[in-house]
Amino acid sequence: MLGAAETGWFLEHAYLIPIIPAVAFALILFFGKRMPMKGSEFGVASMAASLVLAAGTAYQWIQRVDFFAGGEHVGALAGFGRAFGLREEGSAGFVEPVVRKVVWWQSGGVEIGLGQHIDGLAVMALLLVAFISTLVQIYSLEYLRGDRRYTHFFAALTLFSAGMLAMVLAENMVQLILGWEIMGLCSFMLIGHWWEEEANAFAALKAFWTVRVGDIGLMVGTGIVFFGASAYAKSLNNGSSGFSIAAINEWALNGTHSHAILLWGSVALFIACIGKSGQFPLHTWLPDAMAGPTPVSSLLHSSTMVVAGVFLVARLYPLFHTGLDINVAGQHFNLIAVIGGITIIIAAALAFVQNDIKKVLAYSTVSQLGYMMMGLGVGAWTPAVFHIFTHAFFKCCLFLCAGSVSHSGSHHSFDMKQDMGGLAKKMPITTACWIVSTAALCGVPLFSGFFSKDEIIDNAHHNGYTVFFIIGLIGVFMTTAYMTRATYLTFFGKARGAAAGEHHDEHAEAVVHADPHLAAQDEHALDDAHDAHAGPHESPALITVPLIILAVLAFASGFLNAAAFKIEKFTEWVQPALDGIHFPELHSAEFKWANSIPSILLLLAGFVVSLGVCVAIYGEKANPVRGLTDRVAPLRWGHTFLVNKYYLDFLYEKIIARGIAHPISKAIYWTNQNVLDRVVNEAGIGARLFGNWVYRNIDQRVVDGAVDGAGAAARGSGGALQPVQSGKVNQYGALLFGFAAVGALVLVIVNF
Amino acid sequence: MLINQFLILGALLFCIGVYGVIARKNAVLVLLSIELILNAVNLNLLAFALRDNNPDGQVFALYVLAIAAAEVGVGLGLVLLIFRNKKTIALDELSEMKG
Repeated sequence: MLGAAETGWFLEHAYLIPIIPAVAFALILFFGKRMPMKGSEFGVASMAASLVLAAGTAYQWIQRVDFFAGGEHVGALAGFGRAFGLREEGSAGFVEPVVRKVVWWQSGGVEIGLGQHIDGLAVMALLLVAFISTLVQIYSLEYLRGDRRYTHFFAALTLFSAGMLAMVLAENMVQLILGWEIMGLCSFMLIGHWWEEEANAFAALKAFWTVRVGDIGLMVGTGIVFFGASAYAKSLNNGSSGFSIAAINEWALNGTHSHAILLWGSVALFIACIGKSGQFPLHTWLPDAMAGPTPVSSLLHSSTMVVAGVFLVARLYPLFHTGLDINVAGQHFNLIAVIGGITIIIAAALAFVQNDIKKVLAYSTVSQLGYMMMGLGVGAWTPAVFHIFTHAFFKCCLFLCAGSVSHSGSHHSFDMKQDMGGLAKKMPITTACWIVSTAALCGVPLFSGFFSKDEIIDNAHHNGYTVFFIIGLIGVFMTTAYMTRATYLTFFGKARGAAAGEHHDEHAEAVVHADPHLAAQDEHALDDAHDAHAGPHESPALITVPLIILAVLAFASGFLNAAAFKIEKFTEWVQPALDGIHFPELHSAEFKWANSIPSILLLLAGFVVSLGVCVAIYGEKANPVRGLTDRVAPLRWGHTFLVNKYYLDFLYEKIIARGIAHPISKAIYWTNQNVLDRVVNEAGIGARLFGNWVYRNIDQRVVDGAVDGAGAAARGSGGALQPVQSGKVNQYGALLFGFAAVGALVLVIVNF
Repeated sequence: MLINQFLILGALLFCIGVYGVIARKNAVLVLLSIELILNAVNLNLLAFALRDNNPDGQVFALYVLAIAAAEVGVGLGLVLLIFRNKKTIALDELSEMKG
């Protein structure tokens, strides 16, 4: 027994958490098709095992935190010979992370390790990822039943979780990049799961390449930071290199560095986060990623993939904090907060014009990620991380609800305007879960989003970032408004299209699009002799149970850190010691109900305004508001601008990509033809004139004489040697050895 | 000293190899003979390494082995391709030069 609570088996062996799904991935790949459940049992079992380990780790981490908070057992522990038990002087409240590693490979004296860096943040993320992944896998059992690439889907999904888990507990940047890239690859496979349709294949490519644009920043940033931190890391003498996360963080804070390195290192790394976390201006891939199956969207958008960028900033927060001078007195803007703030607004605005329910959620995710980034940018580390935590639950739930609606309610359509409406009566569980999660997303008081998002906004104000305080409030208004719109369109009002039981010709597409539904139809066929659905109905238990679990957590998870009720367990467990050595000294706002009044009012306003407009536009009665965007030019322009997503895709594809492919290449061709060739031609003409002169005077008379002589000699000797050039290898060999023998003989004679 | 026997065996192998290279028409056998030559050399290297009690020769022999393996790989690949194109691997029929 390890006795003291300072460490334990789970903490020491947390590295197993990503290894299990990675092994399961291989098992699914090699044996999946032969298994009774087509490989999905490996996926679900491995995620459940990871979840158990992660829960154990979390439990022991909490014990460890409590132990360090108590601290009286320190003396007794020394006898165990463990380094963990000892406090460092002058860093009160610092809980030593559990760092273990093995050397993976060596290069030029730098040891690249694989290992674990378990601290509060990692524990939180491990538990979150394992939990969400497990639920999503269970949900997928039903959602993808009968899919033609069922086994491969589970393989990719499992590897994806493994990648995220490996990234989360990474001890060094190289391992982090490894996990990061595994996720990139798997997102490509999963988004393009139904690649038979061209749009899906393109969406997968777009996701992959857009993220890769950012990944260049990751490579460059890691390089910069490595060279900056290397010397410091060596001086620690604990085997860490410039890649070690702990070493980088301490180096960034200890003040002996060049500020330029920190600045450029953090900027480069942040570019990677922009790409991965779908921040402006690289957010364009995220809504397109909806082309994948809904469980994928749910996993991608809640706890993995897009959170990776936010996680990276949180992980290396001392670096960003120092590099970008966050919280330095008098600072009102910094890169992270600006990008986060822009993202909140533009993504929320885009969510208003989407007809696809999943795209509304996608933009909502982008917007919420903006909140997290902004939170990190204004020095609200704990609220931002807490927002990762709560957001995962309610966003996962929302996506799964959307999947449930499409699976059982709207005939596999995601179009809110054509195929949904009035589903509340038909699908009560889904509706209830959706509404709870929406309330959490909007930040209704007592729901989880309130305790995380409002803390971010509050801290932006507290830390003097007034602009971002206002942006955060506007975001609350917009979030509530677009979610009200989506809720109204989907669950209330008049049933339309498939939701009303109509069959429309999208069916043919749906078959190509999604085989799972062929099998689903077989079940439905029992009570419906037709080969299609019996109209909207509630989804089966494999779908609703994860929904209910998530909805409960979407409500309750906020109470882990409900500042309003003086509950700050999350802060206690996850937040590192703000001692200025291991983590920047942050100051967080005191919670006051008075401070949250503006956001609550805006929330109400958003709800009322949006509901009014929705009823007016989408309701049954004709109304002057309806068609306003068609009649009033400025509104129409705004609408078109939004529908075209600020023309960013146009910019990237038609202007940047084609700009390189077409005009620039044309210009280069012209330059080639008219400038370079001309130089060459002129030089050629000059050379020819000179050549002619040389030809007449030197060549013919002097050189030719010599050459002719030599030529004649060569011809003569050539003719004489002709028989030797027989082209027969054996003959050549014989000559070779013959001459070698002669040479050897000469050597022997000379040496004697 | 023992070394004489090694050297004599090496020389013998070498001669057989040379004979093979010169006299054989079959390309595979020629490659085989080249291997013999290389191994004759290896034998010498090992013998001298033994005499001088110096591992350099052994290391060298290892290198020779490795290179020889690669060489045979390339050689056999060539022979295969030649066979595909010409339906023969008899070296005397492959003469394309105008002598």
